[in-house]
Amino acid sequence: MTTVFPDAIISKKPRAKIGRKIVLPMAIALTVIFCLAPILWQLLTSVKLNADIAAIPNVYFPTRYTLDHYRELFQRRPFLNYILNSAIVSFASTLLALGVGAPAAYALARLRLQGERWILAAVLIVTLFPPILLFLGLLEVVRYLQLGNNYLALIIPYTAINLPLTILVMRSFFQQLPKDLEDAAKVDGYSTPRMLLEIVLPMTIPALVTTGILTFISAWNEFIFALTFITREDMKTVPVAGAQLGGASPFEIPYGPLAAATVLGTIPLVLLVLFFQRRIVQGLTAGAVKG
Amino acid sequence: MDRKLELIDLKKAYTPKVVPVKNISLDVQQGEFLTLLGPSGCGKSTILRLIAGLEQPTSGRVMINGRDVSRLSPGDRNIAMVFQSYALYPHMTVYENIASGLKLRKTPHAEIKDRIREVADFLGLHELMDRKPSQLSGGQRQRVAVARALVRRPDLFLLDEPLSNLDALLREHVRAELKQLFGSQNAPIVYVTHDQTEAMTLSTKVAVLNNGYLQQLDRPDVIYSHPATQFVAGFIGSPQMNFLQVPCDDGNAYVGATIIPLPKGSTTPKSIVLGIRPEHVHLAQGQNEPILKGEVFLTENLGMHDLVSARIANATGEAMNVRAILPVHSGFRNGSTAGLAFPIEQIHWFDTTTGDRISNNPSPMMA
Amino acid sequence: MKDILREREQRTGWLLTIPALLILALVFAYPIVRAFWQSLFVQNLGTQLNPEFTGVANFGRMAQDGRFWRTMFNSAVFTFSSVFLELILGMGIALVLNQQFRGRGAVRTIAILPWALPTALIALGWTWIFNDQYGIVNDILLRFGLIKTGINWLGDPTLAMISVTLADVWKTTPFISILLLAGLQSISNDLYEAQAIDGASPWQSFRQITLPLLMPQVVIALLFRLAQAFGIFDLISVMTGGGPGGATETVSLYIYSTIMRYLDFGYGAALVVVTFLLLVFAVAIAAYFLTRSRAKAAGEI
Repeated sequence: MTTVFPDAIISKKPRAKIGRKIVLPMAIALTVIFCLAPILWQLLTSVKLNADIAAIPNVYFPTRYTLDHYRELFQRRPFLNYILNSAIVSFASTLLALGVGAPAAYALARLRLQGERWILAAVLIVTLFPPILLFLGLLEVVRYLQLGNNYLALIIPYTAINLPLTILVMRSFFQQLPKDLEDAAKVDGYSTPRMLLEIVLPMTIPALVTTGILTFISAWNEFIFALTFITREDMKTVPVAGAQLGGASPFEIPYGPLAAATVLGTIPLVLLVLFFQRRIVQGLTAGAVKG
Repeated sequence: MDRKLELIDLKKAYTPKVVPVKNISLDVQQGEFLTLLGPSGCGKSTILRLIAGLEQPTSGRVMINGRDVSRLSPGDRNIAMVFQSYALYPHMTVYENIASGLKLRKTPHAEIKDRIREVADFLGLHELMDRKPSQLSGGQRQRVAVARALVRRPDLFLLDEPLSNLDALLREHVRAELKQLFGSQNAPIVYVTHDQTEAMTLSTKVAVLNNGYLQQLDRPDVIYSHPATQFVAGFIGSPQMNFLQVPCDDGNAYVGATIIPLPKGSTTPKSIVLGIRPEHVHLAQGQNEPILKGEVFLTENLGMHDLVSARIANATGEAMNVRAILPVHSGFRNGSTAGLAFPIEQIHWFDTTTGDRISNNPSPMMA
Repeated sequence: MKDILREREQRTGWLLTIPALLILALVFAYPIVRAFWQSLFVQNLGTQLNPEFTGVANFGRMAQDGRFWRTMFNSAVFTFSSVFLELILGMGIALVLNQQFRGRGAVRTIAILPWALPTALIALGWTWIFNDQYGIVNDILLRFGLIKTGINWLGDPTLAMISVTLADVWKTTPFISILLLAGLQSISNDLYEAQAIDGASPWQSFRQITLPLLMPQVVIALLFRLAQAFGIFDLISVMTGGGPGGATETVSLYIYSTIMRYLDFGYGAALVVVTFLLLVFAVAIAAYFLTRSRAKAAGEI
């Protein structure tokens, strides 16, 4: 691993040593606080009693806790549905993105296609289109095909949004696979389909998992299309439903349940990140560096 | 039926400018071990891939056992190949790796087991059968790759620089093993390497390649003693052959003050390239040989011998360097003068423009 | 002789790629093309939602549309301030993460969290944090005695923009830092050691080696972030809805309400077209700088 300030030099300069002993831990602490604070605050808010939530000055260490806000989520709203909807749409679009993107990535990595540069350029450029520019045209398509309040209305666009990342990451992975293996398979007598299935695919699984995680996260978090194409309450996805949580009256904003919704809506992703941190970083950098 | 590989006017052009294989014709008979030898970029690996069917020739044909296989996929040519990086399937055990080719050809289970046992005996692989490639050392992986090829009993063996990834000590050992292993094989073998030691020790025939062309195809000893071109002469033999470009007149070459007669039977060119190997240059001892006086400027100890570099003045006053392998402690210090003898029968003459050999001794018939 | 191998390869290649290309074309290419066409029509409640061809009238209207220009301005302010802050903070975090220390993996995990969580839900959290009565920001400021009464963050035009920018910076900085980290790790240690032997200070090393070699990465990150920030929707929609009084209304929010609330499809399409063209222009410029900085990084070192 590279370091910005090589250790050998550090030990000779007293000023730099102080840098490492004091500045670095402070910087690390700041980074951690910076990243975690808002999340932790939401977590805390979600288990505070309403009285504590509305207390001034703020209560940082409440003495009493409650799970009422969470209960409210499931009683007043079909929160379980929201989670299921998000899960179904995210899984489906992930599988589709992998199923369509990985073969394309293989073709772009191994088979010398004419027009390869154009395809890659197109794939890259397309990642720059903000969804807001696309939703009008897609809205018309959705209406025309009567796919409103249908999972497909989200699955297809999510697949498309995730395809560029899938293709770029998988392509860089395929490029690193030793070519010899495929040659050896050909000499052994494998036909191309069998070779892809029995030799190449097993080796690709780690990369597929990494990419799949990234696409899952992206699909779960999507907002504009979910907001526009799904209007039926029990079909909504978690981000949309959470943002639309209202109170009994227009003046009462249920901060407790809102915080609870935030926590619940993000738990699956937090778990994913916790377990797959290394893979996620790998995937992100592979896709980014290739760009 | 006699096994045989023939390459007829083989050519491969990727683009009009990039032509790695320009015109290759050769054949390898049953029981022969042919090495394709040459510097990187000479086309040897491309030729191997053309033989294997991993690439298609632009023109020309590949014939195996009299069958034109130029259009067949690798799997249909009944060949086996050992790759430089061994190319073992990482998710399969050693047993499955070795068996993969046989399984694809629907060989009966029992026969697969028998053949693998035979090969495992041969190569000492029994304890490794259940391991995955990542659990093997480099040398072990190489043996598995060889086993995978042997077990197929193909019409032709192809080996692509199989020793390059081994460290120097292991390489010598495995080289000897390979010689014994494939020596007992009947099928012709084509071996690719850039290492001349491997080529000379392992093969029955060597094809020296440069820039897509075949420079010489001969037994190793003939390539050493009768190189067909200056390129071959300079590529084979370490330390490299001395090359001196010297003027000629009236049947003689003039190296500094020394006169050396040219071979008879050709018109005297303006100048000529004289080649002589350092191991053939020796200290003058008053025999009837051309002697050159040179000023020593460098002595490198090679263990068993010294490699002495000396400067010789040309007729025009330019300096030419000559290297000689001399016994250790010949007592030369920098600046001292040495009398170096060039035995006439060890001198090779080359045309200055084409690099072709100008006949010296008649060479033995090409095999 | 025909190269059958190559031909077969090409055919297989296209077979494998076409499905992906089709999906991409449908979701990305079609809407843009459609928007270009639709922008030439007026189609709103006034025309009973029937399209009527008007040529470039929509664009003329846009030029006069004060609200449009304001949203453009807001988008620009938001984009540039957030991206600027993200680059600096991101670089800092990347430098920290590049060091060897115990628990580095844990810190990296924590650093990814902001990026991985749904913007809309986190925006809810930020709304609460900036709440004028109960928000924690005001609480901390009050406790330190820096202010006397709670600041109405989301109710004041300028402050609202600041709040939204800060929320976005929080969300995206980690992503930028990961990108930069990848770039940092690709710089060979040898270069730093050579500099150290020459007696360069860490700051000099940073300026002479890190910055130039990282430039391509920075420009790429910039490119993506600019495009993303320009299209920002979730965050602002949830936190302020574009208020107060349109102070945080960005182009994307304007497009959305034009289409979904006012049902003014033709004009909405025109807005999409203009935004798209601006994006293309910005990308072209950035791409130009990218190739130049790449050449510099290769040539100077």
